[in-house]
Amino acid sequence: MTLAALLVLGAALFGIGVYGALSQQSFVMVMMGLELMLNGAILAGVALWARAAGGTPKGQLLAVVLMTVMAVEAAVGFALVINIYRIRKADITEKLKALRG
Amino acid sequence: MRNVVFWAMAAAAVVTAWRIFRADSMVRAAYWLMASFVAVGVILVLLGAEFLGLVLLLMMAGEMTIMAVFMVMFMMNPAGLNPMTMVHQHRTAIAAGAAAFLGLAAVGLFGHFPAAPAVTASSAAAAGATEQLGGELLGDSMLVFETAGVTLLATMVGAIAIASRRGRYGDADEGSEEPAVETAPAAAPAAPAAPHTAAADVLAPDEHAGHDMGDHAGAPAGMAHAVSPPAGNGAAPDSHRDHTGPEAPT
Repeated sequence: MTLAALLVLGAALFGIGVYGALSQQSFVMVMMGLELMLNGAILAGVALWARAAGGTPKGQLLAVVLMTVMAVEAAVGFALVINIYRIRKADITEKLKALRG
Repeated sequence: MRNVVFWAMAAAAVVTAWRIFRADSMVRAAYWLMASFVAVGVILVLLGAEFLGLVLLLMMAGEMTIMAVFMVMFMMNPAGLNPMTMVHQHRTAIAAGAAAFLGLAAVGLFGHFPAAPAVTASSAAAAGATEQLGGELLGDSMLVFETAGVTLLATMVGAIAIASRRGRYGDADEGSEEPAVETAPAAAPAAPAAPHTAAADVLAPDEHAGHDMGDHAGAPAGMAHAVSPPAGNGAAPDSHRDHTGPEAPT
Protein backbone atom coordinates (compact mmCIF):
# COMPACT_ATOMS: atom_id res chain seq x y z
CA MET A 1 0.00 0.00 0.00
CA THR A 2 2.65 2.43 -1.06
CA LEU A 3 1.96 5.91 -2.30
CA ALA A 4 2.99 4.98 -5.83
CA ALA A 5 0.53 2.10 -5.95
CA LEU A 6 -2.26 4.30 -4.67
CA LEU A 7 -1.53 7.01 -7.22
CA VAL A 8 -1.36 4.48 -10.04
CA LEU A 9 -4.71 3.10 -8.95
CA GLY A 10 -6.16 6.60 -8.94
CA ALA A 11 -4.68 7.19 -12.38
CA ALA A 12 -6.27 3.98 -13.63
CA LEU A 13 -9.68 5.01 -12.39
CA PHE A 14 -9.22 8.44 -13.92
CA GLY A 15 -8.14 6.97 -17.25
CA ILE A 16 -11.13 4.64 -17.40
CA GLY A 17 -13.32 7.61 -16.57
CA VAL A 18 -11.81 9.63 -19.40
CA TYR A 19 -12.46 6.77 -21.77
CA GLY A 20 -16.07 6.50 -20.64
CA ALA A 21 -16.79 10.20 -20.74
CA LEU A 22 -15.42 10.49 -24.25
CA SER A 23 -16.78 7.30 -25.74
CA GLN A 24 -20.28 6.89 -24.37
CA GLN A 25 -23.24 8.23 -26.26
CA SER A 26 -25.82 8.30 -23.53
CA PHE A 27 -25.73 11.39 -21.37
CA VAL A 28 -26.09 9.46 -18.15
CA MET A 29 -23.22 7.18 -19.10
CA VAL A 30 -21.08 10.24 -19.79
CA MET A 31 -21.91 11.40 -16.29
CA MET A 32 -20.79 8.04 -14.94
CA GLY A 33 -17.46 8.59 -16.63
CA LEU A 34 -17.16 11.95 -14.92
CA GLU A 35 -17.99 10.39 -11.57
CA LEU A 36 -15.31 7.80 -12.11
CA MET A 37 -12.74 10.50 -12.81
CA LEU A 38 -13.67 12.24 -9.57
CA ASN A 39 -13.44 8.90 -7.82
CA GLY A 40 -9.83 8.57 -8.89
CA ALA A 41 -9.16 12.16 -7.87
CA ILE A 42 -10.54 11.59 -4.38
CA LEU A 43 -8.47 8.46 -4.01
CA ALA A 44 -5.30 10.24 -5.07
CA GLY A 45 -6.03 13.14 -2.75
CA VAL A 46 -6.61 10.98 0.28
CA ALA A 47 -3.55 8.90 -0.59
CA LEU A 48 -1.40 12.01 -0.61
CA TRP A 49 -2.98 13.09 2.66
CA ALA A 50 -2.18 9.77 4.29
CA ARG A 51 1.29 9.26 2.88
CA ALA A 52 2.86 12.58 2.00
CA ALA A 53 1.12 15.34 3.89
CA GLY A 54 1.75 14.18 7.41
CA GLY A 55 -1.91 13.74 8.11
CA THR A 56 -2.81 17.37 8.19
CA PRO A 57 -6.57 17.82 8.39
CA LYS A 58 -6.54 20.14 5.40
CA GLY A 59 -5.89 17.16 3.16
CA GLN A 60 -9.12 15.60 4.28
CA LEU A 61 -10.80 18.93 3.78
CA LEU A 62 -9.71 18.84 0.15
CA ALA A 63 -11.41 15.48 -0.20
CA VAL A 64 -14.57 16.94 1.31
CA VAL A 65 -14.46 19.70 -1.30
CA LEU A 66 -14.03 17.07 -4.02
CA MET A 67 -17.11 15.26 -2.77
CA THR A 68 -18.99 18.54 -2.96
CA VAL A 69 -17.88 18.87 -6.56
CA MET A 70 -19.16 15.37 -7.20
CA ALA A 71 -22.57 16.16 -5.73
CA VAL A 72 -22.82 19.39 -7.70
CA GLU A 73 -21.86 17.62 -10.89
CA ALA A 74 -24.48 14.95 -10.37
CA ALA A 75 -27.27 17.41 -9.56
CA VAL A 76 -26.59 19.78 -12.43
CA GLY A 77 -26.00 16.89 -14.79
CA PHE A 78 -29.33 15.27 -14.02
CA ALA A 79 -31.09 18.60 -14.36
CA LEU A 80 -29.52 19.17 -17.76
CA VAL A 81 -30.41 15.66 -18.89
CA ILE A 82 -34.04 16.24 -17.99
CA ASN A 83 -34.11 19.65 -19.63
CA ILE A 84 -32.52 18.50 -22.88
CA TYR A 85 -34.76 15.49 -23.09
CA ARG A 86 -37.86 17.60 -22.57
CA ILE A 87 -36.93 20.21 -25.15
CA ARG A 88 -35.16 18.21 -27.83
CA LYS A 89 -36.18 14.64 -27.08
CA ALA A 90 -32.49 13.88 -27.05
CA ASP A 91 -30.99 11.19 -24.89
CA ILE A 92 -27.72 10.63 -26.70
CA THR A 93 -25.06 13.09 -27.64
CA GLU A 94 -25.48 12.53 -31.38
CA LYS A 95 -28.84 14.28 -31.28
CA LEU A 96 -27.27 17.50 -30.20
CA LYS A 97 -25.56 18.77 -33.29
CA ALA A 98 -26.30 22.44 -32.85
CA LEU A 99 -25.88 24.72 -29.90
CA ARG A 100 -29.21 26.38 -30.54
CA GLY A 101 -31.23 26.79 -27.37
CA MET B 1 -3.48 -8.48 5.92
CA ARG B 2 -3.98 -4.84 5.11
CA ASN B 3 -1.96 -5.28 1.96
CA VAL B 4 -4.04 -8.24 0.87
CA VAL B 5 -7.24 -6.29 1.40
CA PHE B 6 -5.76 -3.30 -0.38
CA TRP B 7 -4.72 -5.20 -3.48
CA ALA B 8 -8.03 -7.02 -3.61
CA MET B 9 -9.90 -3.75 -3.38
CA ALA B 10 -7.63 -2.10 -5.94
CA ALA B 11 -8.25 -4.90 -8.41
CA ALA B 12 -11.96 -4.77 -7.66
CA ALA B 13 -12.07 -1.01 -8.19
CA VAL B 14 -10.38 -1.21 -11.59
CA VAL B 15 -12.31 -4.25 -12.80
CA THR B 16 -15.68 -2.88 -11.77
CA ALA B 17 -14.81 0.49 -13.28
CA TRP B 18 -14.02 -1.25 -16.54
CA ARG B 19 -17.23 -3.25 -16.34
CA ILE B 20 -19.28 -0.05 -16.14
CA PHE B 21 -18.72 0.64 -19.80
CA ARG B 22 -19.06 -2.97 -20.85
CA ALA B 23 -22.38 -3.75 -19.20
CA ASP B 24 -25.35 -4.39 -21.44
CA SER B 25 -27.81 -2.78 -19.10
CA MET B 26 -27.33 0.72 -17.87
CA VAL B 27 -28.81 -0.17 -14.51
CA ARG B 28 -26.10 -2.74 -14.12
CA ALA B 29 -23.62 -0.09 -15.13
CA ALA B 30 -24.87 2.07 -12.27
CA TYR B 31 -24.35 -0.74 -9.82
CA TRP B 32 -20.91 -1.49 -11.22
CA LEU B 33 -20.03 2.11 -10.52
CA MET B 34 -21.40 1.69 -7.03
CA ALA B 35 -19.16 -1.35 -6.58
CA SER B 36 -16.18 0.68 -7.72
CA PHE B 37 -17.00 3.34 -5.18
CA VAL B 38 -17.36 0.72 -2.47
CA ALA B 39 -13.87 -0.57 -3.26
CA VAL B 40 -12.42 2.94 -3.15
CA GLY B 41 -14.27 3.63 0.10
CA VAL B 42 -12.71 0.56 1.68
CA ILE B 43 -9.29 1.75 0.56
CA LEU B 44 -9.97 5.14 2.13
CA VAL B 45 -10.84 3.43 5.39
CA LEU B 46 -7.63 1.43 5.17
CA LEU B 47 -5.73 4.67 4.70
CA GLY B 48 -7.11 6.02 7.94
CA ALA B 49 -9.68 8.36 6.45
CA GLU B 50 -12.55 6.44 7.97
CA PHE B 51 -14.94 9.34 7.95
CA LEU B 52 -14.31 10.13 4.30
CA GLY B 53 -14.64 6.50 3.27
CA LEU B 54 -17.98 6.09 4.98
CA VAL B 55 -19.26 9.41 3.68
CA LEU B 56 -18.26 8.36 0.19
CA LEU B 57 -20.17 5.11 0.57
CA LEU B 58 -23.29 6.79 1.91
CA MET B 59 -23.24 9.49 -0.73
CA MET B 60 -22.71 7.09 -3.57
CA ALA B 61 -25.35 4.67 -2.33
CA GLY B 62 -27.93 7.42 -2.58
CA GLU B 63 -26.62 8.77 -5.84
CA MET B 64 -26.44 5.42 -7.55
CA THR B 65 -30.01 4.70 -6.56
CA ILE B 66 -31.08 7.93 -8.23
CA MET B 67 -28.90 7.12 -11.18
CA ALA B 68 -30.49 3.70 -11.57
CA VAL B 69 -33.90 5.38 -11.71
CA PHE B 70 -32.60 7.73 -14.36
CA MET B 71 -31.21 4.81 -16.30
CA VAL B 72 -34.60 3.14 -16.33
CA MET B 73 -36.14 6.37 -17.58
CA PHE B 74 -33.65 7.07 -20.32
CA MET B 75 -32.32 3.83 -21.66
CA MET B 76 -33.73 2.01 -24.61
CA ASN B 77 -32.74 -1.47 -23.57
CA PRO B 78 -34.30 -1.90 -20.17
CA ALA B 79 -33.59 -5.48 -19.35
CA GLY B 80 -30.13 -5.61 -20.82
CA LEU B 81 -31.02 -8.75 -22.70
CA ASN B 82 -29.45 -7.63 -25.93
CA PRO B 83 -25.82 -6.76 -26.37
CA MET B 84 -25.49 -3.03 -26.24
CA THR B 85 -22.64 -0.86 -27.26
CA MET B 86 -23.37 2.80 -27.59
CA VAL B 87 -20.03 4.32 -28.25
CA HIS B 88 -18.64 6.88 -30.59
CA GLN B 89 -15.08 7.93 -31.43
CA HIS B 90 -13.99 4.73 -29.79
CA ARG B 91 -10.34 4.72 -30.76
CA THR B 92 -9.87 8.33 -29.81
CA ALA B 93 -11.48 7.70 -26.45
CA ILE B 94 -9.27 4.69 -25.79
CA ALA B 95 -6.20 6.66 -26.75
CA ALA B 96 -7.19 9.57 -24.54
CA GLY B 97 -7.94 7.32 -21.59
CA ALA B 98 -4.65 5.48 -21.99
CA ALA B 99 -2.75 8.75 -22.32
CA ALA B 100 -4.40 10.12 -19.18
CA PHE B 101 -3.59 6.94 -17.29
CA LEU B 102 0.02 6.82 -18.44
CA GLY B 103 0.63 10.46 -17.72
CA LEU B 104 -0.83 10.42 -14.25
CA ALA B 105 0.74 7.09 -13.42
CA ALA B 106 4.11 8.45 -14.50
CA VAL B 107 3.63 11.31 -12.08
CA GLY B 108 2.74 8.87 -9.33
CA LEU B 109 5.67 6.58 -10.07
CA PHE B 110 8.44 9.02 -10.83
CA GLY B 111 7.40 12.10 -8.95
CA HIS B 112 9.07 12.93 -5.67
CA PHE B 113 6.70 13.28 -2.79
CA PRO B 114 7.67 13.94 0.79
CA ALA B 115 7.44 10.84 2.91
CA ALA B 116 5.35 12.09 5.78
CA PRO B 117 2.86 9.42 6.64
CA ALA B 118 -0.12 10.14 8.77
CA VAL B 119 -0.32 8.11 11.92
CA THR B 120 -2.59 5.34 10.79
CA ALA B 121 -1.18 2.38 12.57
CA SER B 122 -4.09 1.85 14.90
CA SER B 123 -7.76 2.56 14.83
CA ALA B 124 -7.34 4.96 17.70
CA ALA B 125 -5.09 7.11 15.53
CA ALA B 126 -7.67 7.00 12.77
CA ALA B 127 -10.31 8.20 15.17
CA GLY B 128 -7.93 10.99 16.01
CA ALA B 129 -7.80 11.86 12.33
CA THR B 130 -11.56 12.08 12.20
CA GLU B 131 -11.54 14.26 15.26
CA GLN B 132 -8.96 16.50 13.66
CA LEU B 133 -11.07 16.77 10.55
CA GLY B 134 -14.07 17.79 12.63
CA GLY B 135 -12.03 20.45 14.38
CA GLU B 136 -10.76 21.68 11.04
CA LEU B 137 -14.21 21.83 9.49
CA LEU B 138 -15.59 23.92 12.31
CA GLY B 139 -12.38 25.74 13.08
CA ASP B 140 -9.82 27.20 10.75
CA SER B 141 -11.44 26.02 7.55
CA MET B 142 -14.98 26.84 8.46
CA LEU B 143 -15.23 29.29 5.59
CA VAL B 144 -14.40 26.57 3.09
CA PHE B 145 -16.88 24.23 4.67
CA GLU B 146 -19.67 26.79 4.73
CA THR B 147 -18.89 27.80 1.17
CA ALA B 148 -19.33 24.20 0.15
CA GLY B 149 -22.70 24.19 1.87
CA VAL B 150 -23.83 27.37 0.16
CA THR B 151 -22.60 25.98 -3.13
CA LEU B 152 -24.78 22.94 -2.64
CA LEU B 153 -27.74 25.16 -1.86
CA ALA B 154 -27.17 27.21 -5.00
CA THR B 155 -26.86 23.97 -6.94
CA MET B 156 -30.20 22.78 -5.64
CA VAL B 157 -31.88 26.00 -6.67
CA GLY B 158 -30.18 26.00 -10.05
CA ALA B 159 -30.97 22.36 -10.75
CA ILE B 160 -34.63 22.87 -9.97
CA ALA B 161 -34.69 25.98 -12.13
CA ILE B 162 -33.08 24.11 -15.01
CA ALA B 163 -35.23 21.04 -14.73
CA SER B 164 -38.59 22.63 -14.07
CA ARG B 165 -41.10 22.48 -16.84
CA ARG B 166 -42.52 25.92 -16.25
CA GLY B 167 -40.50 29.06 -16.02
CA ARG B 168 -41.44 32.22 -14.27
CA TYR B 169 -43.18 33.70 -17.27
CA GLY B 170 -44.28 30.72 -19.27
CA ASP B 171 -43.15 27.34 -20.44
CA ALA B 172 -39.48 26.89 -19.88
CA ASP B 173 -38.75 25.60 -23.35
CA GLU B 174 -40.25 28.64 -25.02
CA GLY B 175 -37.88 30.94 -23.29
CA SER B 176 -38.69 33.12 -20.36
CA GLU B 177 -39.45 36.49 -21.73
CA GLU B 178 -40.60 38.91 -19.17
CA PRO B 179 -43.98 40.40 -20.00
CA ALA B 180 -44.07 44.05 -20.79
CA VAL B 181 -44.80 46.42 -17.99
CA GLU B 182 -48.45 47.32 -17.93
CA THR B 183 -48.88 50.72 -19.40
CA ALA B 184 -52.49 51.56 -19.91
CA PRO B 185 -52.57 53.27 -23.32
CA ALA B 186 -50.60 50.72 -25.29
CA ALA B 187 -52.31 47.50 -24.30
CA ALA B 188 -55.67 48.64 -22.97
CA PRO B 189 -57.63 50.94 -25.21
CA ALA B 190 -60.76 50.80 -23.06
CA ALA B 191 -60.67 52.89 -19.92
CA PRO B 192 -62.44 50.46 -17.55
CA ALA B 193 -59.97 47.73 -18.34
CA ALA B 194 -57.15 49.43 -16.52
CA PRO B 195 -58.65 49.41 -13.01
CA HIS B 196 -59.90 45.91 -13.62
CA THR B 197 -56.47 44.52 -14.25
CA ALA B 198 -55.05 46.44 -11.37
CA ALA B 199 -57.68 45.08 -9.04
CA ALA B 200 -57.23 41.58 -10.38
CA ASP B 201 -53.55 41.83 -9.77
CA VAL B 202 -54.10 42.76 -6.19
CA LEU B 203 -57.04 40.55 -5.41
CA ALA B 204 -56.41 37.25 -7.07
CA PRO B 205 -52.75 36.92 -7.81
CA ASP B 206 -52.84 33.14 -8.03
CA GLU B 207 -55.61 32.94 -10.56
CA HIS B 208 -54.14 35.79 -12.49
CA ALA B 209 -50.72 34.23 -12.58
CA GLY B 210 -52.18 30.94 -13.62
CA HIS B 211 -53.65 32.47 -16.70
CA ASP B 212 -50.60 34.49 -17.29
CA MET B 213 -48.01 31.82 -17.42
CA GLY B 214 -49.76 29.95 -20.13
CA ASP B 215 -50.56 32.87 -22.32
CA HIS B 216 -47.75 35.22 -21.95
CA ALA B 217 -44.79 33.51 -23.49
CA GLY B 218 -46.34 33.87 -26.90
CA ALA B 219 -47.71 37.38 -26.56
CA PRO B 220 -45.87 39.28 -23.91
CA ALA B 221 -47.18 42.63 -25.02
CA GLY B 222 -50.89 42.02 -24.63
CA MET B 223 -50.99 41.42 -20.96
CA ALA B 224 -54.25 43.12 -20.19
CA HIS B 225 -56.15 41.31 -22.88
CA ALA B 226 -54.64 37.90 -22.63
CA VAL B 227 -56.02 37.53 -19.13
CA SER B 228 -59.69 38.00 -19.77
CA PRO B 229 -61.46 37.19 -23.00
CA PRO B 230 -63.54 39.95 -24.49
CA ALA B 231 -66.81 38.21 -23.66
CA GLY B 232 -66.03 38.08 -19.98
CA ASN B 233 -64.70 41.55 -19.94
CA GLY B 234 -67.97 43.00 -18.78
CA ALA B 235 -68.56 40.52 -15.98
CA ALA B 236 -65.16 40.38 -14.46
CA PRO B 237 -64.79 44.05 -13.54
CA ASP B 238 -68.17 43.99 -11.85
CA SER B 239 -67.32 41.10 -9.65
CA HIS B 240 -64.09 42.70 -8.69
CA ARG B 241 -65.71 46.01 -8.06
CA ASP B 242 -68.04 44.34 -5.60
CA HIS B 243 -65.06 43.39 -3.54
CA THR B 244 -63.25 46.62 -3.90
CA GLY B 245 -66.16 48.96 -3.52
CA PRO B 246 -64.56 51.46 -1.18
CA GLU B 247 -61.27 51.42 -3.00
CA ALA B 248 -62.62 51.83 -6.49
CA PRO B 249 -61.28 54.92 -8.17
CA THR B 250 -63.88 57.55 -8.78
